[in-house]
Order: sequence, then structure tokens, then C-alpha cells
Amino acid sequence: MAVALTPGPPEGFVGEDLRRAIVARPSGADRVFRGVLRAAGIAVLLIAVLILVFLVLRSLSAFRRAESGFFTTTSFFPETNSHFGIAALLPDSALIAVIALVIAVPVGVATALFISEYAPHSIRRPMIAVIDLMAAIPSVVYALWGLFFLMPRILGFDEWLAHHAGFIPVFRFTKTDTIGNYVGAMFIAGVVVSLMVIPIITSLSRQVFSQAPQGEREAAYALGSTRWGMIRAVVLPFGRGGIIGASMLGLGRALGETIAVTFILTPLTWMFSVHVLEGGGNSITAEIANYYTQWDTKGVAALLACGLVLFVSTLIVNTLAAVVISRSRSGALTAAD
Amino acid sequence: MSEQRGYRTSSVRIAGDEDATRKTRRPATHAPSARSLDADGNGTRLTDARQRVAGSPATSAGRQNPAWTSTAESNTAATNNAETRVRIGRTSGEGSATFIGAAAASLGLVWVLFERVLPFSGVLGFWVGWYVLFVGLYYLMARLQWDRREAMDRLASVGFGTGGVVAFLIVVEQVSYIFMRGSSAVGHTNFWTRSLAFAGPESPMTVGGVLHAIVGSVEELGLATLFAVPLGITAALFLAEIGGGLARVVRTIVEAMTALPDLVAGLFIYVTLILSLGVGKSGFCAALAIGVTMMPIVARASELVLRIVPGALREASYALGSSQWRTVWNVVLPTARSGLATAVVLAMARGIGETAPVLLVAGYTKELNANPFSGPMTSLPLFIYNAVHVLGTNDYIERGFGAAFVLVVVVLALFTIARRIGGSAPGELTKRQRRRLAREAPRT
Repeated sequence: MAVALTPGPPEGFVGEDLRRAIVARPSGADRVFRGVLRAAGIAVLLIAVLILVFLVLRSLSAFRRAESGFFTTTSFFPETNSHFGIAALLPDSALIAVIALVIAVPVGVATALFISEYAPHSIRRPMIAVIDLMAAIPSVVYALWGLFFLMPRILGFDEWLAHHAGFIPVFRFTKTDTIGNYVGAMFIAGVVVSLMVIPIITSLSRQVFSQAPQGEREAAYALGSTRWGMIRAVVLPFGRGGIIGASMLGLGRALGETIAVTFILTPLTWMFSVHVLEGGGNSITAEIANYYTQWDTKGVAALLACGLVLFVSTLIVNTLAAVVISRSRSGALTAAD
Repeated sequence: MSEQRGYRTSSVRIAGDEDATRKTRRPATHAPSARSLDADGNGTRLTDARQRVAGSPATSAGRQNPAWTSTAESNTAATNNAETRVRIGRTSGEGSATFIGAAAASLGLVWVLFERVLPFSGVLGFWVGWYVLFVGLYYLMARLQWDRREAMDRLASVGFGTGGVVAFLIVVEQVSYIFMRGSSAVGHTNFWTRSLAFAGPESPMTVGGVLHAIVGSVEELGLATLFAVPLGITAALFLAEIGGGLARVVRTIVEAMTALPDLVAGLFIYVTLILSLGVGKSGFCAALAIGVTMMPIVARASELVLRIVPGALREASYALGSSQWRTVWNVVLPTARSGLATAVVLAMARGIGETAPVLLVAGYTKELNANPFSGPMTSLPLFIYNAVHVLGTNDYIERGFGAAFVLVVVVLALFTIARRIGGSAPGELTKRQRRRLAREAPRT
């Protein structure tokens, strides 16, 4: 019986060591598993492609009706008039996004530098949490806050800006100078949108700043630099690509922001105006949100064309941002680390 | 040698980074690698610095280089021959006095300007004026005591600190404003237990509520999570565990989709389901639209978490003979559990506040509709949009703020949950888990 406990060599064993393949063939379960994962990845791709394809298909009729005028016409009455375009809507959207960035980039970068370079350890984590919370607050809450809290309070500042900085074309006020004409201006929308962009810029640039090589920081200090000198010589040059990329992602977010812009803007005319303090102004997103229910097939096709332009422009901006981030030194590890 | 190490440590402390202190406890002669420094333009300058540091005589007088103590508060101590430890991060009397003095002086000045001299007033203008004056005065006062570099350094720290304070104030201000304005509506019992079915445009606050919107929000978010989380996490597993050329493309797409305007997600569902397939506007469509915006968030955050699962754990599992599927199920996913949960909860916090996609595809109803597959359905953000933007009467604005109150509470709760479970790194056990392990250990 003892013999049976120690099994002999298997059948066909010839007493030599055999070479064993080190690449394991995936089992059946593994093949199914990998297939499922691959399918999920393809599904994500499919959704993105479907978004593009369906928007293009459904908006083709609008592009065909408007012909080349789609990018040069300012008025947008696609139901009644085949002469419609986004020459006012798109620049308005862009202008709001630029206002938002002009405010959000300095504040966002300053906050990121504060968190990564200045804040003591004890408040660093809470600060990061606050920034994350800022990103998590729904845009409709920003919209309510902007409309009912910020708007009445910012009008005085607007007026002051128009009176004292009116020589700058952007701040010139060409309408009758009553407080009512300041309501619903693009400037206010831009300020509210900037608050939504700040957390994006802050968290992205903070991550880049914290990767700035320690060796170079120490070298700057060793040369007798102050903290600000070190930041200017090491952290900011290292993080430049990250800041640009973060700003462009913020631009994409600002272009696509809907609810806050819809709440605050009061569209008046179909003219594009750079006078941001004046009431009026519109945006692609506000136009879609305001009119999608009221229009027939022709109007909806035109709105979808607007949506397609929005989609493509944010896609371009985001891709550029990704390229900028990946090509810059930011995020690259250095040997000193 | 030990003295020199102390010197290095203190110079690193100036960086204000405690992690770095630990990292650089190497022999003091180990200066930053010249290779990396030469890689960019500043090579010569920094290498110079290294030589100067390495070549400085080891006498205490030689180490007292006044340049690097200039950031420290104890400038006067450097003239003494005895080596004193540089402590930074401690505020000196002069520093705080300058700060407080500048703040008080500018406050007084701006008050005089606004209330007595200038012909205009306004809360925002007052504080903007105060801040501008404060920065100017602070620089002036710093300049009176220190040299230009020191003063600039102080000015810069004030500037960056302002960014942090502004961001903090905005969040606090928004949340408290919504709570303040919403509290009156939330106080009515009918606000929680009724829908708007019997409320007209002029109905007072004692009629109708947001029950239908709460039900709608919960159902839409639940369906969206059911759609987005499995797809998102599976896609993240594909990116992290399989990789390859296809994964690179998918990763690019996922990143592009996280920045996709939420309105476009709504348009997509509108075009495919409602226009092309003829499905009516419903809660299900809204859930899909929310899911499309949530999915890339889940996928991206999950991939980041899965990537930091230690490779040694995977290899240990393979070495024990388990298949890839077993490894992922029994090792990778449990290790990354807390991070995955954070990703999911944060995406839910984003999803519940989505307004633009819901606006296009959910329809709007005043009545309670618990069936997401037929008929229009209202969610909290959509309710706010209609109450404030479409109706806009005083009572409806109050109701809108009440709904925003509920929304903010839910978002805050989800956010706190995410913070709680996301506090630990992958594989790190919570106290409770460690206790349970200790309890079970003798038995197995």
C-alpha cells in the first residue's frame, strides 16, 4: 500500500527534464474575461463615435439649408428663414469663456501654488477637499447663486468699471446708462462660469506643481533664493505646460457650460458685441436650452448643428490641451527625484 | 558630519515640504544629480551651486551664508558665529505685526474713502478697494523693513494665500447662501410629501412640494449608476489590465469625454433615442444621458486607482497559479476597493446635479411619476430650472431654492462619503478591517 502513496512517474516519462513554455495559454474563463473587457473598451469608443455620427447625420439638413452662411450669418431664426448662422452665437460663447479664463487662471494657479507650496500640512488636505467640493457643486446651484446673489451685488462694480475703465473698448458702455442695462450681461455670466473653471485649473496645476523636481528646488534655495524666487525659477517653468493644459481644459468646460449661462444672459439682439458689460448677448448652449422645445424639425436640426459646432470645438480644445500637457516637461519625472 | 546633515536638513525645511526632508537624508555630499540638471537650460547655474555647496569650508563661519537665511525670520542670528538652527514656518513678531497693521490701515483708509470721500459705495467695491490698498500698504511696510527680494516674497505669499482664501470663501458662501434661501421652503411639511400636481402658478408655499422631483432624481441617478458604473469600471480594467494599442485610443477618447459638455450628452440621447428610435421623453432617457456623462468620470478615476495597485500583488497571485480573471476578481479589485468606491460616489455626486442633459430628454411634469420607462419625469435640477427660469414667480423661486437645498445636502453627503472611504491608499486597511483580521486570524 505504501507504494501507492508515492506515485511513480507518469506514463511516457523518459527521465529527462523537459523544456516548459513560460507563456501560459489563457484558460477558457480568461478568454471570456478578456473578451468582456475588450467589449467594454469598444463600447466606450462606440458611444463617442455614435455621438459624432448622429449629430452629423441629424444636423446635415441644417447645414445644407444654411449653406455657407452658417458661419457668417449672425441672426438665428432657422424655422422661418433659411438665412441663419452662428456668427453671433459662437463668438459670444467664446467671449464668455475668455472672461471666465481671465478670472479663473490667475485665481486657480494662485490657489494651486498656495496648496502645493505655502499651505502648512495641516490645512493642505482640507484645502484639496474644498477645491474638490467646488468641482462637485452642481452647475444649477452656481446658476442660482449667480442670478440671485452675485448679480445684484456686481452691478455697482460693473457701473464703476464702465465709468472708469470705459476707455478700454471691452468695457465701453454704449447704451443708456441705467442700472437695468447692466443686467444679464456677458461679463456676469463669465464671472459665474469662472467659478466653475477654478477647481479644474487648480486641481490639475496643483498636481503638476507638486511634481516639480525636488533637486532643482533645493538648488534654488542653495543659491539663496527666497520661496517666491524658487517658485519663479523652478516650479512655474516646470509647470508651464500643465498650466496651459489646465487652462485649455477649463476653456472646454467654459464653452460647454449651459445652465448658469442660460439663467443669467438675457438675449436681446442678434449682433455680436464686445461690450461685455451691456445686457444682452447669447451663447450656443443658452440658445439650445431655451429653444429646443419650441421648434419643429427644421429648428431642431439647426440646434443640433449648433451642438455639433460646440462638440467639435470643445473636442479640438481638449485634444490640444492633451497634446500640450504631454509634450511639455510637466509631469515628466527627473532623475533627481 | 552630523552637523552638516543638520545644515542640509534645515536648508530643505525652507522648502516647506516635509516629505522632502525624509527623502534627502542621504549623505550630505550627495548633491542633486548633475545629469538631470544639465538636461535643461539651467544646468551650469545649478551645477555651480552644487560645487559651491560641496566646496564650502566646513567651518561654522563658512556655513553661515547670509543668502540662504534671508528667507528665515532670524536674520539677526546669522551674524552671530554660533550656528543657530533655522526654523521656518514660524511667524515672527514683525511678520504678523506688518500683516495685521497693513490690514487694519487699509480697512480704515478704504472706509474713509468709501464713506466720506468718493461719491459711490457698494459691498463688492469696498472689499476690492480694501484688498488693493492692503496689498499696496503691505508691500510698502515690508519694504521699509526688508530688502526688495524679501518684500516680493512676502507679497507673493499674500497673493497666493488670497487665491486659497477666495476659493474657500466661494464654497462656504454658496453653500450657506443656498441653505439660507432654501430653509424657508424646506420648513413646510408639504414640501417633502407632495408633488406639484395641484399647484397652479400662483399657489402659495403651503401647496405642493418636490416629492416628484426627489423620486425622479433618485430613480434617474440609480439607473444612470447601473449603466455607468459597470461599463466605466470594466473599461478601466481594460485600460489597466490589458492595455495595447486599442487601449491607448480608448484612453484618449475617455479623456476627451470627461470634458464633453454635458449638454452634448443630452443632445446625443435626444438624437438617438427620441428622434431616431421614437422613444418618448422619459426618466430612462434622462438616466442614459446622465450615464453618458458619468461613465468617463468613473472610467478615468478607476483607471488611476487600478494603476496604483502594486504589481507584486498581481504577480504573487499569478505565481500561485491563478488565472487573470481570478487575479482581477480576488486581488486587484478588492485591493482597489476604496478608490473605486470613491470614484463611483464622486461620479454620482456629479450625476445628480446634471441639469443640461436632463433638460433635453426627460420632459417636464408636475406630477409624481414613479415609472422611469414611460412618460416625462422631473428631477431636482430640472425642477429648479423650471421653477426659476421658466416660471420665475416669487413662490416658485422659493421652491427652487428649497430644491437646491435638498440637492446640496445630497451632494455634500455623497462627497463626505467619498472622502471617508477614499481616505486610505489601495490595500491599506481601515481600523475596523484590521480588527476583523485580528479576530479571524486565530481561527483560520
